[in-house]
Amino acid sequence: MSTPAPKNVHLTLRVNGEPQEVSFAPYKTLLEVLREDMNLTGTKHGCELGECGACAVLVDGVPALSCLSLALDCEGRDIQTVEGLADGTELHPLQAAFADCGGSQCGYCTSGMLMTAKALLEREPNPSRERIREAIAGNICRCTGYNQIVEAIEEAAAEMRKPK
Amino acid sequence: MSAQQKRFEVVGQPRRRVDGRGKTTGQARFADDLSLPRMVHCKLLRSPYPHAAIESIDCSRARAYPGVHLVLTGKDFPVPFGIMPVSLDEYPLAPERVRHVGDPVAAVVARDEVTALEAIELIDVKYRKLQTISDPAEALARPEPRIHDYGEQGNIHRNQSYEFGDVEEALAKSDYVFEDTFFYQGNTHLPMEQQASLASIEGDGKLLLQTSTQNPHYLHRQLARVLQVPASQIRVIATQNGGGFGGKCDPANHEMVVSKAALTLGRPVKICLTREEVFYQHRGRHPVLMKFRTGVSKDGKLTGMHLQTLLDGGGYGSHGPASTFYTGVLTPVTYELPRFKFEACRVFTNKPPCGPKRGHGTPQPRFGQEVQLDKIAEKLGIDPAELRLGIVTKENALTANWLKVGSTGLAECIRQVVERSGWKSKHRKLPEGRGVGLAASTYMCGAGVSIYWNKMPHSGVQLLLDRSGQVTVLCGATEIGQGSDDVLAAIVAEVLGIGTADVRVLTGDTGLTPIDLGSYSSRVTVMMGNAALQAAGRVRDQIAAAAAEQLETLPERVIFSRGKVFAAQNAAKTMSFIEAVTAAETKFGTLGAVGSYAPPKAPGKYKGAGVGPSPAYSFTACVVEAEVDPRTGWITVPKIWVAHDIGRSINPVHVRGQVIGGVYMGLGEALMEEQAFRRLPEKLSSALVHKIPSMLEYKSLTALDMPEVDVAIVEYPDPNCPFGAKEAGQGPLLPVMPAVANAIYDAVGVRIDEVPITPDKVLAALEKKAKGETPRVGPESFPAVPYPAPTFVLPPWEGGDGDELKGPDGKPVRRERKEAAAA
Repeated sequence: MSTPAPKNVHLTLRVNGEPQEVSFAPYKTLLEVLREDMNLTGTKHGCELGECGACAVLVDGVPALSCLSLALDCEGRDIQTVEGLADGTELHPLQAAFADCGGSQCGYCTSGMLMTAKALLEREPNPSRERIREAIAGNICRCTGYNQIVEAIEEAAAEMRKPK
Repeated sequence: MSAQQKRFEVVGQPRRRVDGRGKTTGQARFADDLSLPRMVHCKLLRSPYPHAAIESIDCSRARAYPGVHLVLTGKDFPVPFGIMPVSLDEYPLAPERVRHVGDPVAAVVARDEVTALEAIELIDVKYRKLQTISDPAEALARPEPRIHDYGEQGNIHRNQSYEFGDVEEALAKSDYVFEDTFFYQGNTHLPMEQQASLASIEGDGKLLLQTSTQNPHYLHRQLARVLQVPASQIRVIATQNGGGFGGKCDPANHEMVVSKAALTLGRPVKICLTREEVFYQHRGRHPVLMKFRTGVSKDGKLTGMHLQTLLDGGGYGSHGPASTFYTGVLTPVTYELPRFKFEACRVFTNKPPCGPKRGHGTPQPRFGQEVQLDKIAEKLGIDPAELRLGIVTKENALTANWLKVGSTGLAECIRQVVERSGWKSKHRKLPEGRGVGLAASTYMCGAGVSIYWNKMPHSGVQLLLDRSGQVTVLCGATEIGQGSDDVLAAIVAEVLGIGTADVRVLTGDTGLTPIDLGSYSSRVTVMMGNAALQAAGRVRDQIAAAAAEQLETLPERVIFSRGKVFAAQNAAKTMSFIEAVTAAETKFGTLGAVGSYAPPKAPGKYKGAGVGPSPAYSFTACVVEAEVDPRTGWITVPKIWVAHDIGRSINPVHVRGQVIGGVYMGLGEALMEEQAFRRLPEKLSSALVHKIPSMLEYKSLTALDMPEVDVAIVEYPDPNCPFGAKEAGQGPLLPVMPAVANAIYDAVGVRIDEVPITPDKVLAALEKKAKGETPRVGPESFPAVPYPAPTFVLPPWEGGDGDELKGPDGKPVRRERKEAAAA
């Protein structure tokens, strides 16, 4: 017979700076809760085994594979997803550079790439090309051949370094 | 037309693509991002055996499982399907026989995925194991058991032979005949997005399938067939595709299953394949064994070629009949080849079916051809670039197999990569362990004929405009990441003198958009683009007629530029684009136009001449630099130079992106990607299973492995193409694999005549070299394939008319098959 479904847990997750109450089965990954319970489908899945990086989000500012993170463990932590990148209608410099420089073709790896790049630029505002390639080496892209992604991150970094 | 007289304002300008914003904000909705009220979830039970008869299926426990809404089996799907009319050999769920590990046999629809997964475990299938046919040699040796009860004979699916001029005679008269065998391992598309589909019944009672597909039109037709529902009652929307590369061209089992389930349950049914299932769906690159016998004169001209190919098709037909042709038909397009004989055979094996992957059937023979040319150049003492420059086909030439070349920038592409890479100071001059290799290639800009025979347009575009200034363009073409939505907007914007941001694009929806055959064969820019050009030209003429009255000029003197409409040489009289549209709506009523496109008739008339013709061909040349560690065999590629003749780039940022992306995929195929299989131990069923159905084990290049790619965009506008624009999606992949092999030879003097070229193969060849043996790793022989007697067609320069040679009695002259002299 069917194993009885485990009782949902009920807790508050802080996603993109906004606390939100959410109820979900305790075995669910952060990826599943974001996509299925919070309707934040901008975060993608390519393997659900931690192999491809499509599901990368930031947890307390550090890139994390949401497909390998239990949502339960994320209570009280700061979760950032692609939906929180833009400032109102203004694209984040990384988003603008990806759109302008060919950093996004099919767009499926883009969310994970953007979040990984954001964490890098927050640590290192002026990374070398080699450092950029290292930072995104866990994010698989099948369209671009990475060159234009690296260029987009460089362009965004330059934009972000400009005095405001 | 005056749109082409003015300087381009959109075409050729680097721009943010129209879908760029949605893709970087996470707003682009892929199939698995969709959900609907009352949605239930589907999972498939797949065969654990590579070849077995299904004796019984007991679903009673699964049906009784709490939370299960529906269980389907092969009994629910009496009608077969397939992408090609000659290969309707698949069922949504296998009714009697499974043909590869992963072949779907039953489906469960339940309240959630977890319940569906639990319930499929409760389905009891009794299989009777059958002899597994694991590879082409076995398929040729064992006609029984037949994997399918159709095809040529035994386990041969397709078998064909064409001879364009007497090749044996040409080879006999040649100064040299080079004979080489090559093997190209199969590999898969590995799109980042796993296929997903959501079927539902809309408020009007009609079926809606939202799905990751490259070809919504062909899927639409096959759904109508399988479900026995009129096509007019079905709507297919191609959602954003998270990469396709050919893997989402075939109509797929899961798409049929969720559609049937939605029709049965009257509620939305969704499926998302796991990554492992994507490897079973496959339809990727065919493993191909090839033998080239090529005649050459002392001064480096080709005299004739006899090409034999043997394709491992896997368990179903898929695009196989076309793939089989493509292992040969484009071979004569790059270099002048007076005579050409091409024999090809595709066999069924008990593995996931192969199909179209980027380059469809042509990367394999391109690899062999370009590596062999490198060997020829060395033997003749001619620089490989010079050898190629001496034999490139000329503009508007016909080939031996009656393809019309059209525009070509191939020579310029070769010169560009030679110059930019410093080829002359590197080739045969770099220190041991470092080398450069060169190769060139061609690809089609769309197939000349549709997959099913008809005389209707291959692409249709509809334009709607109104007094708000809004321009909406509709087309059935499918955005798979390659940027076709941006191409569509750009062509319309260029003609109407507006920006791409002023155009609303709606594509890939069989319920709303005019038919376009789909995103395959690099056809979209040319076919959709020409249809868009016609539609936009028609609307422009209407607006110009109305505006001319107000501008007090002649319609042909009206200029559309930068959102303004004005009289030529009289900029004082100007109206905004919106005012001009308003004038046109006032004069003509509701505005709109359609455009359509069908490719030109091909010169070849023989049976089989339909595969290979294209409105235009793109050309590419590539230089790869490689470093080989002689102790480990490890290969590093520090840089690649590529030049691509695109005709004209609609958006140079994205042309460059397509070129680099193609190079990336080619480099992955050259060095690591492979769809490999192994047999389980006997106690575990001896099944032939996929060795590496995961992204971790199926190796692909990461950002750290990928070199910088220097891209030269060569523009020789083609008159058959919109603004002269040819393709960029597939061609640039093709020269990479042979250029890598040639670079490795230059680096360490070993020939690896098969891909992927892995360190162990390099080491094995280096060991042979050290022992004084032939420093080569590759296939040692080519099996005796029972090819048929060839269809004989005279080349254009030997008095042929493009048709099969007929005797005085009007019957085709079939020459006896001559075995290779060397055999």
